[in-house]
Amino acid sequence: MELAERLLMGDRRAAARLISMMENKDPEAQEIMRQLYSQSGKAYVIGITGPPGAGKSTLTDKLVKHVRKTGAKVGVIAVDPTSPFTGGAILGDRVRMSDLATDPGVFVRSMGARGHLGGISEATSAAVKILDIYGAEYIFIETVGVGQSEVDIVKNSDTTVMVSVPGLGDDIQAIKAGVMEIGDVFAVNKADRDGANRTAREIEMMLDFSHADWRPPVKMVVAVDSKGIEELFAAIEDHRHYMMEDGKFMLRRAENARNELLEMVKSRIVEQLLNHDVKAERVEQLAMDVATRVVDPLTAAEELIQSVL
Amino acid sequence: MYEKEKIDALKAKVNAYNEKTEASLAKRPERYKVFETGSGEPVNRLYTPVDVEGLNYETDLGIPGQFPYTRGVQPTMYRGQLWTMRMYAGFATAEESNKRYKFLVEQGSSGLSVAFDLPTQIGYDSDHSLSEGEVGKVGVAIDSLADMEILFDGIPLDKVSTSMTINAPASVLLAMYIAVGEKQGVSAEKLRGTIQNDILKEYIARGTYIFPTDPSMRLITDIFEFCSKEVPQWNTISISGYHIREAGSTAAQEVGFTLADGIAYVEAAIKAGLDVDSFAPRLSFFFNAHNDLLEEVAKFRAARRLWAKIMKDRFGAKDPKSMALKFHTQTGGSTLTAQQPDNNIVRVAIQTLAAVLGGTQSLHTNSKDEALALPTEASVQVALRTQQIVGYESGVTNTVDPLAGSYYIEAKTSEIEEQAMAYIRKIDELGGAPRAIDLGYIQQEIMDASYKYQKEVESSQRIVVGMNKYQVEEAAPQGLLRVDLSVGENQKARLAELRAKRDNAAVEATLAALKTACEGTENVMPFILDAVRVYATLGEICGVMREVFGEYQQSVNL
Amino acid sequence: MDRPIRVLVSKPGLDGHDRGAKVIARALRDAGMEVIYTGLRQTPEQITNAAIQEDVDCVAVSILSGAHGTLIPKIAELLRKEGADDVLLVAGGVIPQEDIPFLKEHGVAEVFTPGTPTDVTIQFIRNNIKR
Repeated sequence: MELAERLLMGDRRAAARLISMMENKDPEAQEIMRQLYSQSGKAYVIGITGPPGAGKSTLTDKLVKHVRKTGAKVGVIAVDPTSPFTGGAILGDRVRMSDLATDPGVFVRSMGARGHLGGISEATSAAVKILDIYGAEYIFIETVGVGQSEVDIVKNSDTTVMVSVPGLGDDIQAIKAGVMEIGDVFAVNKADRDGANRTAREIEMMLDFSHADWRPPVKMVVAVDSKGIEELFAAIEDHRHYMMEDGKFMLRRAENARNELLEMVKSRIVEQLLNHDVKAERVEQLAMDVATRVVDPLTAAEELIQSVL
Repeated sequence: MYEKEKIDALKAKVNAYNEKTEASLAKRPERYKVFETGSGEPVNRLYTPVDVEGLNYETDLGIPGQFPYTRGVQPTMYRGQLWTMRMYAGFATAEESNKRYKFLVEQGSSGLSVAFDLPTQIGYDSDHSLSEGEVGKVGVAIDSLADMEILFDGIPLDKVSTSMTINAPASVLLAMYIAVGEKQGVSAEKLRGTIQNDILKEYIARGTYIFPTDPSMRLITDIFEFCSKEVPQWNTISISGYHIREAGSTAAQEVGFTLADGIAYVEAAIKAGLDVDSFAPRLSFFFNAHNDLLEEVAKFRAARRLWAKIMKDRFGAKDPKSMALKFHTQTGGSTLTAQQPDNNIVRVAIQTLAAVLGGTQSLHTNSKDEALALPTEASVQVALRTQQIVGYESGVTNTVDPLAGSYYIEAKTSEIEEQAMAYIRKIDELGGAPRAIDLGYIQQEIMDASYKYQKEVESSQRIVVGMNKYQVEEAAPQGLLRVDLSVGENQKARLAELRAKRDNAAVEATLAALKTACEGTENVMPFILDAVRVYATLGEICGVMREVFGEYQQSVNL
Repeated sequence: MDRPIRVLVSKPGLDGHDRGAKVIARALRDAGMEVIYTGLRQTPEQITNAAIQEDVDCVAVSILSGAHGTLIPKIAELLRKEGADDVLLVAGGVIPQEDIPFLKEHGVAEVFTPGTPTDVTIQFIRNNIKR
């Protein structure tokens, strides 16, 4: 049977293989995804992000188990965008999700950055669609950190949960500096530790500066003990209901699609330049010329864009 | 220890010697550019009084049996009596292990050391689905008091000292031991032995954890308190660097991380309201002995001196016994090669010397075939004989701490102490050992050292005889010990029989009482003892605790 | 397109000695492979499901407890049942020579005993993956 048909029937090996093929930019898989695209869009996508050590995998594990009580099929994509220069990676998020491996209603996939063009957010986005067509009703995207690539990754989601923990003072600063606005729901994990209330207050104070319609709730959880998980999930569902009012949901998805499109265009242009020997050579030449002040970067960039159009 | 002027004159001489040597290296090269210890620490060409310039005999070395115990914890060391030759053993069923113990006692082993199988160590009965294939494999399977009675059948518990390598369910196995004693008519206060009971290194390196950190620390302090009153001769914990070293740490990391764990236990007990001198004398340690003889000797001495200072200065201990670091040693399992296994006998002999010259209180020597399988009786005998030869023939036991005063040994002792202390400071900054483990700091440091070592071996920068040099074609070794799969089946059948014939109402009642105790703050030991006495199984007891406490989740450290 | 080899590194059974598994995980990573590490105490079912969801080329298990004869053939059998017998299964750890033929008959491609350089394992995986 064709991969496409098998995926539509909920065959997990087909889903797994298609994700790999999309990661590898396999033309056959890309063709399948063109055909099946209209079948996707049913799953609700939840992004889980936050600084390393915040307990995101454990939190994801518990949220998945909570959702599974409803019988809904779940997909999890654990993304590690850090890319060592060897191109290899060790993806360890499954360690904290071991129990999920025997639940036939859960599909967990780990993804590494591979340092390739177009980046991991495109591959993540493809994996979301595949798991969506595979039949997952909820898809969790979990990232290892809160850098720019993580922000790009969680831009694929309908609700983003920003996880924090007490005692990572500097990370709160980091969150404040750039990525605070992507959080729709905040979770303070390890809330049984000293300083949890202070962390929550700091987040609330930062949220006070925003005058958006939706005031992100801040939830206290102790993921390892499954405490506060129900409340956290209720907050996610609240956000979902809020989004469903007056077409906000489609606006968000359009915004996500816009980001995805622009990223794809960008990466395609770069790819066309670099995968073409003559053009790639010209890139190197222009880079040297820019460095030696033979040409200015604006002119050089325009020339390159012209060459692929 | 030396006069300033003499040291200065010597410094000039040593510098001249080094310069002259360096100058002629082109003609007479040394074997390596940098010479390193087994732990990868640089070693100088020559050690002289210059290297121990800052050493103060009185405060840094002192008299054996006195603070800071650098030279040993007993005044006369092995002149009084040799160390306890304690061979770790146990496999298959209680009956077979019982036979092995009797063999070891006949052969002159002076203490028993029980190895449990993995299901027992992780609190599962032999009929649990996760126990499949594991029953009786790396140690003996103990499901209930009934098995424990067989294990010690004919071994009078008031005559032997028994060490049990058990951690997460240590409270349960200790309770079973006490109950066997009761049946033999030996009261708890006469029992002598040790439980490993060191959960932190399970999280770090050994992996047989059950419960999360907080309830685990509570179980440990409950044991401290219970034993200080009821089992006063029992060593309540064996704080273990052995497995940290096996996981690939350096010698300094072994000391630093182990003592940091020790600090965490002392802090937990003090926080639980115990007086430091009420439990600290029963703390014991467990270290590894690797091949770099002199580095290892220095390591043991450094550990003693550092712990004495920590107990005195940091915790204000008053009882000298609280400051004296007593330790068991096991030769390094990871140093054994599967290739040319006879060579391992030589390695174990060197490691035995290291442990003895380092002043160990007891010793297990590995058998030559342990890189391949569990040891056979014949190879265990050679391992034990190695200890006896060092003890009776080598002469190193005739005087106390014979390597003291060696410039190299003393310089190395101070260096390891400083490096270990630096790790302890770092762990303190992170909020103590449990937190540092949670953050993966300790595991990461060990992993880095271990990977570095592996790469050095693979690039032949480091020679392992028979493995990456002087290899030979060998036939597959014959006659290895095998544990039959029927052990698991028999154990299951025995368990079914037990469940049918015991007083199940009593089992349920004691388990319910235990549950309430776990949920509260009372000492759980008496409740575990009650459950054990009516033949509640290990899995049932740990099951109740799992329900209340939850389970530990390993952190990911690669 | 050049794609990294994906390998699931896992510890089946109750054995907690993960030095070898972690060393091999790092070595495979440094050889440019994508390693999915599952940690300790994995059942054959967990390992098989992870292998399928992760669509790995190879499953590498490390076991030192002596339970290899029971657990490893079970993993091979489950992979076969799922139609994933194109996944290369390799094992490492304290496994006596005399057990190796049995394991090979039961779906294990190669067994790496103590002292095997990581390079040997890396090369074996590179040369034997089935797609």
